[in-house]
Amino acid sequence: MAELAYHQTTGAKVARYVIYAVLIAMVLFYLAPLFVMLSTSFKSLDEIRTGNLLSLPSSISFDAWRAAWSSACTGIECGGMAPYFSNSLKMMIPAVLISTLVGAFNGYILSMWRFKGSDTFFLLLLIGTFLPFQVIILPMAQVLGMLEIEDSTTRLILVHVIYGLQFTTLFFRNYYVTVPGELVSAARIDGAGFFRIFFKILLPISIPTIMVCLIWQTTQIWNDFLFGVIFSSGDGQPITVALNNLVNTSTGVKQYNVDMAAAIIAALPTLIVYAIGGKYFVRGLTAGAVKG
Amino acid sequence: MTAASQGAPGFSLSRFADTILPKLVIAPTVLACLIGFYAFIGWTAWLSFTESRLLPRYEWAGFVQYIELFGNDRWWTAMQNLAVFGGLFIFFGLLIGLVMAVLLDQKIRGEGAIRTIYLYPMALSFIVTGTAWKWILNPGLGVEKLLHDWGFTGVVFDWIINPDFAIYTVVIAGIWQSSGFVMALFLAGLRGVDDSIIKAAQMDGASLPTIYTRIIIPSLRPVFLSAFMILAHIAVKSFDLVMALTGGGPGFATDLPSIFMYQHGFTRGQLGLGAASAMMMLFTVAAVVMPFLYSELRRERRG
Repeated sequence: MAELAYHQTTGAKVARYVIYAVLIAMVLFYLAPLFVMLSTSFKSLDEIRTGNLLSLPSSISFDAWRAAWSSACTGIECGGMAPYFSNSLKMMIPAVLISTLVGAFNGYILSMWRFKGSDTFFLLLLIGTFLPFQVIILPMAQVLGMLEIEDSTTRLILVHVIYGLQFTTLFFRNYYVTVPGELVSAARIDGAGFFRIFFKILLPISIPTIMVCLIWQTTQIWNDFLFGVIFSSGDGQPITVALNNLVNTSTGVKQYNVDMAAAIIAALPTLIVYAIGGKYFVRGLTAGAVKG
Repeated sequence: MTAASQGAPGFSLSRFADTILPKLVIAPTVLACLIGFYAFIGWTAWLSFTESRLLPRYEWAGFVQYIELFGNDRWWTAMQNLAVFGGLFIFFGLLIGLVMAVLLDQKIRGEGAIRTIYLYPMALSFIVTGTAWKWILNPGLGVEKLLHDWGFTGVVFDWIINPDFAIYTVVIAGIWQSSGFVMALFLAGLRGVDDSIIKAAQMDGASLPTIYTRIIIPSLRPVFLSAFMILAHIAVKSFDLVMALTGGGPGFATDLPSIFMYQHGFTRGQLGLGAASAMMMLFTVAAVVMPFLYSELRRERRG
């Protein structure tokens, strides 16, 4: 339909200039915060005070980055973001892998091995994607206390797996219902069982869905703050909680350059994931978010 | 026809395993879903009918917490803020998303790159977004200083610390993060519009703006619906963005139900009140989502 815009009248030409101008203005709007964060993180505090948001650093200084990584204070601890970065990694990797694998099995069962009540269960799971987590966090805190799981990372892995399964199951189920059932029934006649069919036939053709799932879960879990602030404590906190503590700790002189370096450190893993797997990221967002 | 119902007749161990295994493998998820969602909602509901404070108590106390909640000024401030934030966030999110999508759909050079830039904030944590905008909007060294340096010396831009305007800074940061995603939804919708209808309209001499406003945009109704749902959902759940940007302040100027719930349930030892506010959040989401879910399900049943 876009060729409609190709009437080369003067009016249409002006219109195209306006379109490009608006699009570029929006590009600047989206990029500006990233630019400001980067440039602030390379400035010294003096330069931050004398310059302004858009002024470039006169010389590149990595002091703020070093401080943000290893010596900035997040409350009483002064070890920078490094320990929390590693907390987030230790929590994210198992939680993403477990929820993706279990979600793949669930999707396989809900599409190829339906049983009495499986459609009802899928509906219940679907409704779960709409619920605000506030309505489950109080009981979850009680249960985690009762189970005496003290380790923050273990707690967060458990919580993220439970509340990620609805999305991973949805991704795989919606993909597997498009796979012809004959593929599976033929394999069954050849004597292949439940696991064999899954690993030999379905898993190899699921790579795109696996990618969507991994990327979706990675960004969701890495970026989570609500579960992190409630279910973890002290030096077991994930990086989002540590960043918030760092920025909102009001002792001494506010070090904006360190804040910005820390924020970029916290954003880097998901930005990299976006840069590498952007295609799958968008697909996951639209597929997952339409239901969530 | 599902695979399970097509197996060869006769009993064998592997066939038996195949009837048990699927149920066995999905059982943990069924359990997690039933307990983690539905039993926990019941549990929260129960807590909201008790006098639980620092520790949970389970004696029935009727509607005391709801009466306290509805008499609580801070709660109404939070709900009012949610209405203002949610309304503006959804309206401008849809508007900007739609306009960007329509403009990007005009055979734009570098469309891929532009799309990538519009969408990258969606990969960030709301805590990062909040931190960045807190710095950009701070009155001493942020945008205000920039405007002063550019010669607009009289300009005052202190929204983030001004109780009457702080909520709008949350809207700005929220839109920065989410509008690119709405754009992506609309763009996908636009690419799905049937070309032949448009060509026919063009033959009839309809101008481009008319074609968009009369034919294309009305046909995007389902996309509007999903985008509205997603934005409304993000708005009601909004927590981290406000925590990082303003912490709910100044005063309670940017307080939201999610922050109210968190503070009463977890830091102020008011479990019962926290539970009651959580239930009200559930009802708010349900009021928005139910009509959508209903129409979705009807469509799925028909299709």
